[in-house]
Amino acid sequence: MTSTILEMRDITKTFPGVKALSNVNLSVEEGEIHAVVGENGAGKSTLMKVLSGVYPAGSYDGKIIYRGQVCHFKGIHDSERLGIVIIHQELALVPMLSIAENIFLGNEHAKYGVIDWNANETRTAALLKKVGLSEDPKTLITDIGVGKQQLVEIAKALSKEVRLLILDEPTASLSEKDSQALLDLLLEFKRQGITSILISHKLNEVSRVADHVTIIRDGQTIETLDKSQISEDRIITSMVGRPLEDRFPPRDPKIGDTVFEVRKWSVYHPIHAERQVIKGIDVTVKRGEVVGIAGLMGAGRTEFAMSLFGRSYGRRITGEVLLNGKPIDISSVGKAVEHGIAYVTEDRKTYGLNLIDHIKHNITLANLGGVSRHAVIDDLRELDVANDYRGRTNIRSSSVYQKTGNLSGGNQQKVVLSKWLFANPDVLILDEPTRGIDVGAKYEIYTIIARLASEGKAVIVISSEMPELLGVSDRIYVMNEGRMVGEMAASDASQEKIMRAIVRGEKAS
Amino acid sequence: MTTETAPTPQTSVAEDVPQPGPRFAVSALVENLRDYGLVLALIAIMVFFQFTTGGTLFKPVNLSNLVQQNSFIIVMALGMLLVIVAGHIDLSVGSVAGFVGALAATMMVIWPLGILSNPLVVSIICLIVGGAIGAAQGYWIAYHRIPSFIVTLAGMLTFRGMCQALLGGGSSVGPLPDPFKQLSSGFIPDITGSIMLIPPVVNAAGKTIVGSGLTLHSTTLIIGALGVLAYVYFGLRARRTRERHGYEAEPFALFAVKTVVIGTLALFLVYQFATYKGLPIVLVVMAALIALFVFITKKTTIGRRVYAMGGNAKAAQLSGIKTDRLTLLVFINMGVLSALGGLIIAARLGQAVPAAGLGSELDVIAAVFIGGASAMGGVGQVAGSVVGGFIMGVMNNGMSIMGVNVDWQQVVKGLVLLGAVVFDVYNKNKG
Repeated sequence: MTSTILEMRDITKTFPGVKALSNVNLSVEEGEIHAVVGENGAGKSTLMKVLSGVYPAGSYDGKIIYRGQVCHFKGIHDSERLGIVIIHQELALVPMLSIAENIFLGNEHAKYGVIDWNANETRTAALLKKVGLSEDPKTLITDIGVGKQQLVEIAKALSKEVRLLILDEPTASLSEKDSQALLDLLLEFKRQGITSILISHKLNEVSRVADHVTIIRDGQTIETLDKSQISEDRIITSMVGRPLEDRFPPRDPKIGDTVFEVRKWSVYHPIHAERQVIKGIDVTVKRGEVVGIAGLMGAGRTEFAMSLFGRSYGRRITGEVLLNGKPIDISSVGKAVEHGIAYVTEDRKTYGLNLIDHIKHNITLANLGGVSRHAVIDDLRELDVANDYRGRTNIRSSSVYQKTGNLSGGNQQKVVLSKWLFANPDVLILDEPTRGIDVGAKYEIYTIIARLASEGKAVIVISSEMPELLGVSDRIYVMNEGRMVGEMAASDASQEKIMRAIVRGEKAS
Repeated sequence: MTTETAPTPQTSVAEDVPQPGPRFAVSALVENLRDYGLVLALIAIMVFFQFTTGGTLFKPVNLSNLVQQNSFIIVMALGMLLVIVAGHIDLSVGSVAGFVGALAATMMVIWPLGILSNPLVVSIICLIVGGAIGAAQGYWIAYHRIPSFIVTLAGMLTFRGMCQALLGGGSSVGPLPDPFKQLSSGFIPDITGSIMLIPPVVNAAGKTIVGSGLTLHSTTLIIGALGVLAYVYFGLRARRTRERHGYEAEPFALFAVKTVVIGTLALFLVYQFATYKGLPIVLVVMAALIALFVFITKKTTIGRRVYAMGGNAKAAQLSGIKTDRLTLLVFINMGVLSALGGLIIAARLGQAVPAAGLGSELDVIAAVFIGGASAMGGVGQVAGSVVGGFIMGVMNNGMSIMGVNVDWQQVVKGLVLLGAVVFDVYNKNKG
């Protein structure tokens, strides 16, 4: 019969001024896949850091009982020794080292400090086989995709004789196919008796693989559901504390004339100069319209958007951009912003925010002219603006002086959005606007998108989540391998149709 | 004008959340104490040396010396702060200062330039040359992405070599004309006339005894008083506008204590200068530059952009900031200030020597890091760097008076640099 491998009892963790966890209970059975879900900032990651010893024993209240013993982990080494391995959302791999070097980093097979490469590589090959990778152990991490990197992380965990594997948002940056593969791997581990804790926002994945789901909200355990009770609706209700009837806000689109038009856009890869990444794309967006761009990972959507926005990506860019029927020059970000074009990046931490500065300075950065006269910033006007947008986009923070690096993903996304809203664009390109953020914050982002469209702006949404595209867009373009392979009104689009367009495009090319 | 050296406190997190009551006042005080830790450290060091030097440190003559010896470090630290905030480093400043000093001396003393050898003309040309040097280095850093460490290391070697070559090997060039030397050793004229409070004692030979009696430099006192009044006025006005916009200002008691302490300290120093020859010209130049750079970093869009670029260059670029041009500007600015530093050094020595400014890049960089700047970029304050520069300066001066060996002075300075940064990091992790 099943036995309990881990029990966390009455865990309470306070940070200065904030109670991050309050009497949280979590009970995980041996050999199961246990999902932990909750909104951003609910305390999931904090709980996992308590478990793995990142927050050492003594810095929190409560008890951790692992395999029948009360544990006091002083650091991550203590928990790893007992076979608890955590894989963080941000992968901890060294890009310029090989797979084998990464897997045994700090743990090399060596004699008197001299590394036995044969042993390392043979063992690596065996581990890679277990996770379904056929790469050469000598391949550099930087040369494999993010999906494979995730598998390398898991192989690394296996090398440590893992008994309890914790995955924090493992599929957040993976394509549909890679995600499936990863989930299948978890199911395989389950058959081998490895217990997994899966932290995820993707409820369809959770309901597919999890045996139990524990829901955390505002630092408290709300409930634990078993397999028979798991349904997406039930989890959402529990997560947000209210039934969420509509995942998308109602809209009454009033679509006007064409505002933004891209003709024969073509871009080459910045390093591999002969590789054409974007192959002659035409796109039009009308006033008050939300246009979605669907496609698989690597279809070239982000590359398309970034090359448009001040040529921030690629080389040998050709094509024409028209605003209200007139050709415009947007060859630099400054010019694009001046013409009322904004691009909200898919990678807010790398391209969107100055994480060491506070909300106020981040919000005004793209439009400093709006809070200054003769290049002198008016502090109070800036403060007014920041507070205004903090309220409008519902950024949850202690004040506008909170560092953006300390905000949850959803609130960070709202800061990036605020920045571009304050720049007052006519054309807004949103790249994966809800990646890695929770259901409640997603709804708020959708509301902002709907409001922008109703104000007569032209909005382009790039997303890998098809239900989201179907929910927010009026019209959907389907992109594959640098080409537009389909265009359909959202009213007669479906996930199937989009997939079919992609597959057709693949055959054609 | 010393009022500029107080760091503006980091705005407390709870600024726009109304939290009246004594508790808030206390927590605000504690928070501010941490921000003012550096100033307190400077005061503690000053008091320490005041005792160990038997009261020499605060003597008017010594205060003038202190300013004249260290002003070039602080002037260059203003440029270095922007370089470091932008996420770069400049190792060439000492060599550039040496080269520009040599150039200035050569132009004034050796080359037959006629009217062009006028000190003012030469100084302007030298500042332009400094800017050009900054542009030449910044070009590689900004547009070719060569790491600044490497470019300026090359600059450090190149310009030291050019400095020595210009001076013809190991010789020095001088003496420099007196009007030029005023830049470092002159004092502002007493246009309002001096005030004699106690007439000096005259000895049997009919000569006045130096240091006896008390004569005050009245222009210095007037400038000092006006400066303090302006400080109080602008402080009050900023509070009022905040309150009118409905935002909580810092508790009045804290504001009052801060203003009184800083005002009194400033008046005390001004009075000390007034009992001697008045304000050194180089102090006035330095104070004006400090005020300018506080303004640039705190109030202007260009300052804000430098911080944004240092915090996350990619995000800044995607927000429409021309990061390469901005980097170039930051290095041009550094070049101009290095040149000014070189002029100040030459003016103080009265001649150009091959070793002028040698190793000063390290003092300048140390001042900025002691002042709380982050080596990762994006963080740092002008006021902090100035206080950092004075901490280094007071230690140099105090230990010299105490007769500490130069070798050991280096050891102490190194340990203070490490200690300051460790303290800062520890403080940040705790908070």
